[in-house]
Amino acid sequence: MSENKEKMITVYIMGKAYEVPFGLTIMKAMEYAGYRFIRGSGCRAGFCGACATVYRNKGEYKFQTALACQATAEDGMYLAQLPFVPANRKEYDIAMINPEKNVLSEYYPEINRCVSCNTCTKSCPQELDVMYYIQAAIRGDYGEVSKLSFDCIQCGLCAARCPAEITHYHVAQLARRIYGKYHLQIPEHLLKRIEDIDAGKFDNEIGKLKKMGMKELKEEYTSRTIEKIQRGEVTQ
Amino acid sequence: MKLIGGYTEEMRESIEKVEKTRAERMKKSFEAMSMDEREEVLNKYHPDYKPDKKRSVRVGPNKGDIAPHEVVDLLEAYPLIDEKDIDLKTIDYDVDLLIIGGGGAGTVAALWANENGISAEKMLMVTKLRHGDANSMMAQGGIQAADREEDSPALHYLDVIGGGHFANKPELVEALVKDAPFILKWHEELGVQYDRNPDGSYVERAGGGTSRFRLHSAKDYTGMEIMRVLRDEFRNREIPVLEFSPAIELLKDDEGNVAGAVLFNMETEQYYVVRSKATVLATGGFGRLHIQGFPTTNHYGATADGLVMAYRAGAKLRDLDTVQYHPTGAAYPEQIVGLLITEKVRGMGAQPVNRDGELFVFPMEPRDVEAAALIRECYGRNKGIETPTGMRGIWLDSPMIEEISGEGSIEKDLDAMYRMYKRFGIDMTKDPILVFPTLHYQNGGVEIDVNAQTSVPGLFAGGEVEGGVHGKNRLMGNSLLDFNVFGRRAGISAAKWVKKRGKPKKLSLKHVSLYESELKKAKIKPEKRSPMLLPDYRGEKALARMLDLF
Ligand SMILES: Cc1cc2nc3c(=O)[nH]c(=O)nc-3n(C[C@H](O)[C@H](O)[C@H](O)COP(=O)(O)OP(=O)(O)OC[C@H]3O[C@@H](n4cnc5c(N)ncnc54)[C@H](O)[C@@H]3O)c2cc1C
Ligand code: FES
Repeated sequence: MSENKEKMITVYIMGKAYEVPFGLTIMKAMEYAGYRFIRGSGCRAGFCGACATVYRNKGEYKFQTALACQATAEDGMYLAQLPFVPANRKEYDIAMINPEKNVLSEYYPEINRCVSCNTCTKSCPQELDVMYYIQAAIRGDYGEVSKLSFDCIQCGLCAARCPAEITHYHVAQLARRIYGKYHLQIPEHLLKRIEDIDAGKFDNEIGKLKKMGMKELKEEYTSRTIEKIQRGEVTQ
Repeated sequence: MKLIGGYTEEMRESIEKVEKTRAERMKKSFEAMSMDEREEVLNKYHPDYKPDKKRSVRVGPNKGDIAPHEVVDLLEAYPLIDEKDIDLKTIDYDVDLLIIGGGGAGTVAALWANENGISAEKMLMVTKLRHGDANSMMAQGGIQAADREEDSPALHYLDVIGGGHFANKPELVEALVKDAPFILKWHEELGVQYDRNPDGSYVERAGGGTSRFRLHSAKDYTGMEIMRVLRDEFRNREIPVLEFSPAIELLKDDEGNVAGAVLFNMETEQYYVVRSKATVLATGGFGRLHIQGFPTTNHYGATADGLVMAYRAGAKLRDLDTVQYHPTGAAYPEQIVGLLITEKVRGMGAQPVNRDGELFVFPMEPRDVEAAALIRECYGRNKGIETPTGMRGIWLDSPMIEEISGEGSIEKDLDAMYRMYKRFGIDMTKDPILVFPTLHYQNGGVEIDVNAQTSVPGLFAGGEVEGGVHGKNRLMGNSLLDFNVFGRRAGISAAKWVKKRGKPKKLSLKHVSLYESELKKAKIKPEKRSPMLLPDYRGEKALARMLDLF
């Protein structure tokens, strides 16, 4: 056992002090203290945004944000989780969108109220350039919004903090779908393969495999050729 | 304790050895194991090959079948509710289609049911956490589809069935591989963004046990990209969803069809009764059972509820005797133990190396073999690296990726991984990362046919909760595909079923009471209750002083 494990720290969960071992995530520290989550815990791995947390360290003026499952609990943290973020989301039919126009500004006119204060960027636990993608959204640059927002886990912290009341992550979601649908072409090789499957081109071959006896099937499997893994330069 | 770049001094010493052998290792590869060698390492070291960690089920449709103790414990547990306490005359939600589980499979089923004539207001999705808090959101590596000229659905078929130890249901495998390209096209039309080469074709990578490059990804956020687009589309169609209200038991009608469910609002602790003409089960897997004490990659709600409910309703299960351990879960730092290090890290060239910097296994063996080899290195040969908490792990030499594919390639293609380690003070572009096998996937589940129909009429299933598609072992990239293919088929089949049926008459929980009497007859003590709903991670100290007062 390490010295780390034995070292105890004090965290203030919604204002109440609890002693917890150092070296736990905020989420595990809360559990150690006796909390059992219903809200506030989803993937537990930094992918779902269920665990948005706000905190201040004792004696510091700075108001900070984190994902409870991805941040270490520190001594003197005053913290609370956001169970839910009310957010404005527009409904739309992706098939009916005109990608030539700036749909983002039309559906979410409030993006034009952005005062470039950068609070969204500072509050993003994924460290995305949120403000820049809102600027790109104002310009109707779907590709740039997609690129800058791609790793967004939609935790809602940006929207909760924004003085212009923008719901950044819904704007970004719309932009990414438009870019994916209208600006990325469906690869030819995919369409060709679907045609062939529909025409029954592989039915014989698969039918044969399905009927094979176990011994023959195993032989077929072990003797199949294996494409070279070029990147790691390994062959099987 | 002093940490240098996130690691202890002892770990640093070992890292120096890894660095010393890197140049030499870059040129070499490791011979893949023969079938006999595979057999040997699996038998000796794979957790699944330990007979004392499993037992046979004593009641129900799979009586006599073997499964891990943790699964059997839940199947042999007593229900949470008593028939007598539930008023089935007052129906809270009366719908045509009930979808249980708000992950990938459930969302896909809803969209395709809607496409096939079930209007949004006649549907209800219920889920345990929020819509999208699910394993589907967490998938990193990618999704398989045989769409390149050098590849074919027949080869995909062969890989799936060989990877599954030839125990898969052939017609399900056929459906999986033949629907795959269509699913990608559907995603494209909804606006999912898959990684592209400069010429517009897909970037496709290798996965363990696949004979062709056929893994499509969206950086290392593949599941998230798919899931958030599907959820967005679901929201556009205004399909109702009840969050934090898991199903705790299925309901049947007087003809023996599944006819809805009892829900439990975890926040207000009241129950709701749902009547439905058809029900889709999409509750995902069971990682949070921590089988054999392993940490897990799975989301908080992966507790096998669907298996339990379906089993009590008379559904046949299959292939639950095997469990998938992913070879590379994080072993350090403590905060992220068990979380997934995607196979793509090895796919891009990082080798597993031991304490002395030696490569000891072909990096791309099928998952079970690779996992067993890592365990052997740590506990059979004592060549693992010990962490400050006493856990052992193997280095995954991630800096190799940058040497192979150029500086910046980790940040570009393994963004989620890079970010996670950075949060805990480790730079994986410069230092290797420590890994050990982690509990990852439920290979088997509720048996379905090609139409995603279970053995109980009115109950359809898609995704990780069902079994047969992957046999005894699932290959990477085939479960994102699975939830799409069989989620879709479940939605379409349920829509067809609904059109033929009137409203179910006389809802009943009799099957639950009957199951309970079977348990009693088998002299099983009422010590445990299920479904489990959520694991309990409260600290021992806190639990020791817990009172149940109000
Ligand atoms: C970290 C990780 C990485 C992965 N990477 C890949 C990959 O690269 N490629 C790949 O193909 N596969 C991958 N997988 C596997 C794949 O993601 C899952 O198998 C698949 O997404 C399962 O989809 P699902 O819809 O069946 O289940 P889930 O997405 O887990 O959804 C099930 C939903 O049902 C809910 N639920 C549970 N019980 C109840 C109840 N009683 N009532 C109501 N709702 C309930 C759950 O909370 C959840 O929301 C990965 C899995 C994990 C965990
Ligand atoms: S619980 Fe999903 S991001 Fe923290």
